[in-house]
Amino acid sequence: MELIVQGIIKAFELIISFDPEVLGITWLSLKISGTATFISLLIGVSTGTAVALTNFRGKKLVISLINTGMGLPPVVVGLFVTIMIWRNGPLGFLEILYTPYAMIVAQAIIATPIVMGISLAAIQNLSPNLRLQILSLGAGSLQMVWVLIKEAKLPLLAAVMAGFGGVISEVGASIMVGGNIKGYSRVLTTATVMETGKGNFDIAIALGIILLILAFLVNFLLTQIQQRQQAR
Amino acid sequence: MKIFRSSKVIETLMIAALLFALGTANVFAAKQEPKQKNIILATTTSTQDTGLLDVLIPLFEKETGYFVKTIAVGSGQAMAMGQKGEADVLLVHSPDAEKKFMDEGNGLNRRLVMHNDFIIVGPGSDPAKIKAMKSSADALKSIAKANALFMSRGDNSGTNAKEKTLWKRAQINPEGQKWYQQTGLGMGQTLNVAAEKKGYTLADRGTYLALKKNLGLDILVEGDAALLNIYHVMEVNVAKWPKVNISGAKAFADFMVSKRIQAIIKTFGTDKYGSPLFFPDAGKKVEDLGK
Repeated sequence: MELIVQGIIKAFELIISFDPEVLGITWLSLKISGTATFISLLIGVSTGTAVALTNFRGKKLVISLINTGMGLPPVVVGLFVTIMIWRNGPLGFLEILYTPYAMIVAQAIIATPIVMGISLAAIQNLSPNLRLQILSLGAGSLQMVWVLIKEAKLPLLAAVMAGFGGVISEVGASIMVGGNIKGYSRVLTTATVMETGKGNFDIAIALGIILLILAFLVNFLLTQIQQRQQAR
Repeated sequence: MKIFRSSKVIETLMIAALLFALGTANVFAAKQEPKQKNIILATTTSTQDTGLLDVLIPLFEKETGYFVKTIAVGSGQAMAMGQKGEADVLLVHSPDAEKKFMDEGNGLNRRLVMHNDFIIVGPGSDPAKIKAMKSSADALKSIAKANALFMSRGDNSGTNAKEKTLWKRAQINPEGQKWYQQTGLGMGQTLNVAAEKKGYTLADRGTYLALKKNLGLDILVEGDAALLNIYHVMEVNVAKWPKVNISGAKAFADFMVSKRIQAIIKTFGTDKYGSPLFFPDAGKKVEDLGK
C-alpha cells in the first residue's frame, strides 16, 4: 500500500517537474498509438462499412473472422510482424525492425479489426429503411455511405476509443518489434515493464498512472465530440 | 442542420488526425539515422537492469555517432538473434553456449569484457539450511532434500544455463519436481517472484544488488569458483550474414574492452551500492579470473 502511495507521489513529481525523459516517452506513446489508430480508422471504417452494406456469399464467415480479429493477441501480432520484417525476412529490405514505424504497423494490425468490427456492427444496426430513404431523396451511393457513417457517428467514435485504448495499453507487440530502445522506441507500457524488472516499482507505478491519465484525456476529448451532438 | 453540424465535426476530426499523422511522420523522419549508423546490440537483461548500459551507451553514441539499438533479452535469445543475423554485436554471459555459437561460425572476435559472480539467494528463514555453505553443489543438494521452493529462470538465459550446469554438478535433475518452478521471466522479475514466494534462486550479483532494497532475500551462498559469471562481447559473422553492420559491431566491441571504459566498469555502482557490480577483465584469460 505504501508503495502505491509512493508511486502516486512519484507520478506527480515526474509530471510537475516535466521530466524530459518521461515527457518524451509519453509523447512517443501518443504519437505511435495515435497514428496506428488513425490508420486503423481508415482501413477499419471503410472495410467495415463495405462489408456491412454488401451481400455476398460467406459474409457470415468474414464477419466471424473480423470479430475474432478483435481479440488478436498482441504478442502473436508482434511475433508475426517481427518475422516478416527482420533483416532476413520477406520485408527485411524495409529495415524497420526496432523502430517506431514497426510499432505503428503492429499496433495498426491490432486496432484495425477492433475498429472494423465495431463499425460493421454500427452500420448494420442502422435501419435498412434509412438507406432506401436516402437513395429515394436522390443521393448517389457514395453520398449514401457518407450519410450512413455520419448517422453511426456515436458507435464509430466508440470504435476509435476502443481501438486507441487497445493499442496505447498494449505491451507485448510493442516490446517485440520496438525493442524498448531508450529515447527512440520506449513507450509508457514497455518502460513500465522494464522499470518493474529493475525493481523500481515506484517509477513503474508512476508510469502506469501517467498512462491512465493520458488514456483518460484522449477518451475525454473523444467523448466530448461524441456527446456534444447528442445533447442538442 | 443536424447533419451539417455533425459533418463539420467529423471533418474537423479527420483533418486534425491527418495533420497529426503528417506531423508525426515528419518528426520520425527527422530522427531517422543513416542506415549503417544503426547497431543492434543483443544482450542479457542484467546489463540493462543494473543500469550499466544506460551509462555506457550514451558515451559510445556521443563519441562515434553510431546509434545503438539495445535489445535486452536473455543470453540464449540474444545468441539466437545472432545466429539468424538479426543482431550485429552480442554482450552475453553464457560461456558454454558462446563456445558453441563460435564453433558454428556465427561469431567473430569473442573477447572477455568483465565478470561478477552468481549467488544463491533465498529467504532469511533459510528452510534448507544452506547459509554459508562453501559449495554450490552441496547447497543445491540441501534444497532438493528439503523440498524447498527453488525458482528457475527457465528461459535459456546465461543465468539459467549456469543454473542447469550447477544442478548437473550436484547430480540432481530438478525438472518436474514440485519444489522446482520456472518463471520464464528476466532476472529482476524472477527475483521478485522468489521474494514473494519465499523461494531460493540463482542470481547474478549485479541484478541482485540493484534490486536488493525491495526484495528481502539474503545472499546465502557465494564465493564458489563454479559461480563465476563471465561476460563476453562477440561480433556477428558478417561473412554469414552480409547485412550485419560489422564496422559498428567492431567499434562497439573495441569500445567495451578499451581501457577507459574498463575503468568506468570498475567503479560502476560503487556510489549507489557500496561495492562494484562488475569487475573489468579485458585482455585477461578466463582461467585467471576470480583468483
